[in-house]
Amino acid sequence: QSNASVQPEILKSLCVANRGEIVHRVCDTASKMGIDTTSFYTEPDGNLAFSRSANNNLNLGADTKGYLEMDKIVRLAKENGCDSIHPGYGFLSENSEFAKKVQDAGLIFVGPPAAAMEAMGSKSRSKEIMTDAGVSCVPGYHGENQDPKFLEAESEKMGFPVLIKAVLGGGGKGMRIVESKADFQKQLASAKSEAKSSFGDERVLVEKYIKRPRHVEVQVFADKFGNVVALGERDCSVQRRHQKVLEESPAPGLELYSADCRQKMYKQACDAARAVNYEGAGTVEFIFDRDSPNGQFYFMEMNTRLQVEHPVTEMVTGVDLVEWQLLIASGRPLPKTQEEIQADMDKLGVHAIEARIYCEDPFNQFMPSSGKIVHMQLPQVGNPRLDVTFEQGDTVSPLYDPMIGKLIVRGDSREEALKKLRLALNEYEIVGPTTNIEFIKRVLKHEGFRGNNPTDLDTGFIPRHGEVLFANEGTPSEVYVQAAIAQAFPKALSAPSILEAANAFSSVGTAGWSSMQTREVTFKNGKESVVVTLTQLPGTNPTEHTFAAKVGDKAIGNVTASHFNGKARFKFPTGQHVNTVVSNDSNLGNVNEVHVFHRGTHHKVELATPDWITAVNKRIGAGAAAGGSFNDPDALEVATPMPCRVVRVTVKPGDVVSKDDELLVIESMKMETTVRSAREQPTKVKRVAFVPGDLVKQGSVLIEYEE
Amino acid sequence: ARPLGLSRSLHQHVSPKQTDFNVIQSKIDPLSADFAEKKKGFEVLANKLASIHEQVTDPAFIPEKIKTKHLAKNKILPRDRITALIDPGTSFVELSLLAGHEMYGKDKVPAGGIITGLGQVNGVTCMIVANDSTVKGGTYFPITVRKHLRAQEIAMQNKLPCLYLVDSGGANLPHQADVFPSHNHFGRIFFQQSRMSSAKVPQLSLVLGPCTAGGAYVPAMSDESIIVKGGGHIFLAGPPLVKAATGEIVSAEDLGGGEMHSSVSGVTDYLVESEQEGIERLRECVKNLNYPQNNGHVTYNQTPAPIEEPLYDPKELGGIVGDNLRISYDVREVIARIVDGSRFSEFKAKYGESLVCGFATIHNHKVGILANNGPLYSESSLKGAHFIQLCKQRDIPLVFLQNISGFMVGSEAERGGIAKNGAKLVNAVVGSGVERFTVVIGGSYGAGNYGMCGRAYDPRFLFTWPNSRTAVMGAEQLAQVMESVRSEKGHADALRERVEHESMAEFGSARLWDDGVIKPEDTRKYLALALEASRGGVRQKEDTDFGIWRM
Repeated sequence: QSNASVQPEILKSLCVANRGEIVHRVCDTASKMGIDTTSFYTEPDGNLAFSRSANNNLNLGADTKGYLEMDKIVRLAKENGCDSIHPGYGFLSENSEFAKKVQDAGLIFVGPPAAAMEAMGSKSRSKEIMTDAGVSCVPGYHGENQDPKFLEAESEKMGFPVLIKAVLGGGGKGMRIVESKADFQKQLASAKSEAKSSFGDERVLVEKYIKRPRHVEVQVFADKFGNVVALGERDCSVQRRHQKVLEESPAPGLELYSADCRQKMYKQACDAARAVNYEGAGTVEFIFDRDSPNGQFYFMEMNTRLQVEHPVTEMVTGVDLVEWQLLIASGRPLPKTQEEIQADMDKLGVHAIEARIYCEDPFNQFMPSSGKIVHMQLPQVGNPRLDVTFEQGDTVSPLYDPMIGKLIVRGDSREEALKKLRLALNEYEIVGPTTNIEFIKRVLKHEGFRGNNPTDLDTGFIPRHGEVLFANEGTPSEVYVQAAIAQAFPKALSAPSILEAANAFSSVGTAGWSSMQTREVTFKNGKESVVVTLTQLPGTNPTEHTFAAKVGDKAIGNVTASHFNGKARFKFPTGQHVNTVVSNDSNLGNVNEVHVFHRGTHHKVELATPDWITAVNKRIGAGAAAGGSFNDPDALEVATPMPCRVVRVTVKPGDVVSKDDELLVIESMKMETTVRSAREQPTKVKRVAFVPGDLVKQGSVLIEYEE
Repeated sequence: ARPLGLSRSLHQHVSPKQTDFNVIQSKIDPLSADFAEKKKGFEVLANKLASIHEQVTDPAFIPEKIKTKHLAKNKILPRDRITALIDPGTSFVELSLLAGHEMYGKDKVPAGGIITGLGQVNGVTCMIVANDSTVKGGTYFPITVRKHLRAQEIAMQNKLPCLYLVDSGGANLPHQADVFPSHNHFGRIFFQQSRMSSAKVPQLSLVLGPCTAGGAYVPAMSDESIIVKGGGHIFLAGPPLVKAATGEIVSAEDLGGGEMHSSVSGVTDYLVESEQEGIERLRECVKNLNYPQNNGHVTYNQTPAPIEEPLYDPKELGGIVGDNLRISYDVREVIARIVDGSRFSEFKAKYGESLVCGFATIHNHKVGILANNGPLYSESSLKGAHFIQLCKQRDIPLVFLQNISGFMVGSEAERGGIAKNGAKLVNAVVGSGVERFTVVIGGSYGAGNYGMCGRAYDPRFLFTWPNSRTAVMGAEQLAQVMESVRSEKGHADALRERVEHESMAEFGSARLWDDGVIKPEDTRKYLALALEASRGGVRQKEDTDFGIWRM
């Protein structure tokens, strides 16, 4: 610890060079510490809450890449009297050039020294430094010696299974997993010959193969005085396409491998930080080999910034990580020693878990989603922590990251934390962009993820259990009934205006011998249609509407609909529910969508378009269904289901395309998607509506075929 | 002299909730044997009517062959068309469901072959007139014409836009003599259309089926008309008659189809390809009428307040009135089950007690109620006339609850000038100017029918209860009178039976003596809807004055 008798002064004016929830997060702590705050925003973000959350909010202009404009950001920070810049995560947070520019301008960069960032920025260099510092890296032989016997000996040293990879390899070609020594030579020969024929080069490298890796990372903190501490670890193994979905601390079950497994990991993490003279907050990522008997782990890389998932660490340690970042950037020493931190963690005894809420459709290859948030209900149950970027009414733009917020809960045990997370997710309602909330609920429900010591936690979890996680669980009849009532009798579900209440026609309900009215609402369930029949029955209470409901031929009984505290209340013969139902909203990408949040599950059902409306639309030349689809084999139009930018156009009018031929490539939410022909028969392209670089609205027709 | 100030007695303040002297205190015991017996008797009548109504409205009673043929042509059943037309969740007040009931021997003409009623379309209360082509091809029987005319009369009196869903084969030819030429026959429909139009009552037609001969004028005389391609046809003479008359051979579609009328003749204004589209188009046309919506009563009362339901259950009404008109009860028990909060501010309670008069609200509409509690005497007639004058001055609509054996007879009554005093009541009713609504809750006999605003006195709506009887006098008395004036004897029983039958609610309702038989428990709802239709939206105050008072 520092012996300085006079502590350096705390920063005075901080700006956050980032967007979204992290801006709120940093500004909150800075404000608590009496630091003046400044934020930046680009014009497309000008209506989001973060763009007005700081004391001073600066416009970076219309260009969506504004958050990357280093010189402008530094200049604006200086002009506005800031003395420091916090880079958040993503964008410029791990850009050593930016860190230098900040320092050169005489400002304080809230992060590690540029040299440490550089050292950790290169995978090969960082591995060398780590190996020198005694941090264990994934063993392997990457040298020129291609003698089969030598390679076999190397493999034996690192232990089977091993991975043989062609040096020039890619796409799985020339790649072999060898389970045991006996198989090695056979597999090597096969890999070499494949490499030769594929790349004209038969050189291979050998690496330790970790069959079932877990992603475990350690939060470290270092000050200017050489003190380094670890603040527990996080398990982030549940990933899709290398994007984390669930993060928790502590990593479950490490103690089952060896009593000092965690301490060993903390030590290596601190050594790693020390090796590059680290300062501030950092994360050392390890690959943890689930199948190793005593918990073998290997250094993967170091993230030289505050992480998205830092809140779980805050919950288990009781430390405000941003506060520590600002203290250290001010030149103060670490507030706590490793022993104090450990003592706090032991005392708290908390398990924390974070769910990242993304705008994407997990049930459709995680296709990115965007659009206006028509309805949003944040969970209240268990008083969870919510770090969110968007509010109801905001538009999620396809131009930026699809993460719209984070939900973090804590429990006395992992099991309790998971249960609380599930309850909170049941209350978390978003209508507009498709989110991964339902998918996360599926993960939480999965046998292999549950309990204090999950049996199946590693990075292969999602692909391995795809069949269960992505299964179509169907829509209960009760949901169709609710959607039908919302559709045919929307007034039954909202509080009547004083005028409506006074109007006998809408308030006395049905009267007479025979004034029952029956309406049918038809939904589309894949290729099938679901017909809901609602017969309005005489009511006794003017604010309740009772219907005899049928779904197909199945009688559901009498259902009473009313409004209740801004929600819809349905009394079924079996029980009653107070639910959110959203329908008929022109802000939805597809106006045929009806959303019902029923018993903690978000159901989206789609109204069928009656033939006569199709006929009218055809006659008046109204566009294709607003939803748009890439993969309707019968459609003569290929429409985009999401707003996007055209990256490349592969076909031109007159081309004949067959099934799965590439038509064009679009980009949305930082992700490229190749649009392929869904036509069963070869079909001639009639029109290509866009050229590369065009911004395309959701539902727009991209390609038209000839009939 | 006494010191100043001490002579005054101060009025002690009471909270409005501490005393509510207007609330009717019911003395009915729904658990008593008497109540149960009356209820049982009433239910026999009510169940019979429920069964008749069910046969009229339930599509299960449409002959299978007709229904299948109708649906095969992509046509929607008439009542389903109306359901699709009106705003979801709102009431449709179907009128005169019993029209034509047992009137044409073997020919069943449910609801008179035409559906009429009040419904809201895009918030505007409209009169809907829909031919029922599943009943004799939608042709006009004599009762069909009368029901059509009555619907137009309601639209005219209450300034309601009138929507015609046309699907009719024209006059029912075997009945042509009773349909075609007279004053209130077929031609009167178009006469009314013209009069309504000049009175700025909007009329829209949706042509879903044939409109032949005179029927062609229904869409032709509407403000705007919509025609369904392939389904709707308008011509003065159909292809068979054209061939017979001129030898021209032409298809129905070429002669009077939607395509032709919308693009060549201009008889129709909108061509639609399906009935569903036509109904949506009609809803759109109503939007474009720029007609005021029925927003409760706020057009003439600025403070809408929550509506208070009656304190007593309207379902008890059957057990109060029973099925025997001879057994009397206090009519305030009926009022208590109709008006808001069972509050009734009674006027001249101790004078002319056989006519109960007072102010109340129904769904926040202030109304003046006149209800019989015995035969009309001179005093009760004078009291009624007085009360009606008050309501006229204050623009308060009148509700008549009719249960009247007649004006008092006998020498004492005549000497007291009952004829003169009764005339005052009749004169007051006619000259009152405000909207009048009549519910026949029991007997409607003789001149009592007139004094209590019977059909001839132009109430905006007149509804009857299943237990009601309407006749010039009781069947028993009538038979006795006839026996005494006729020379031959022995016909009394047959006559009594016939008059008894003719006094029944369904007999009168079949002949449009009323606008429908309603369940007593629905009375409050029907009155609320009727008040809404008459006093919401566009309203024309009748500028009438009383005639010369015969004093």
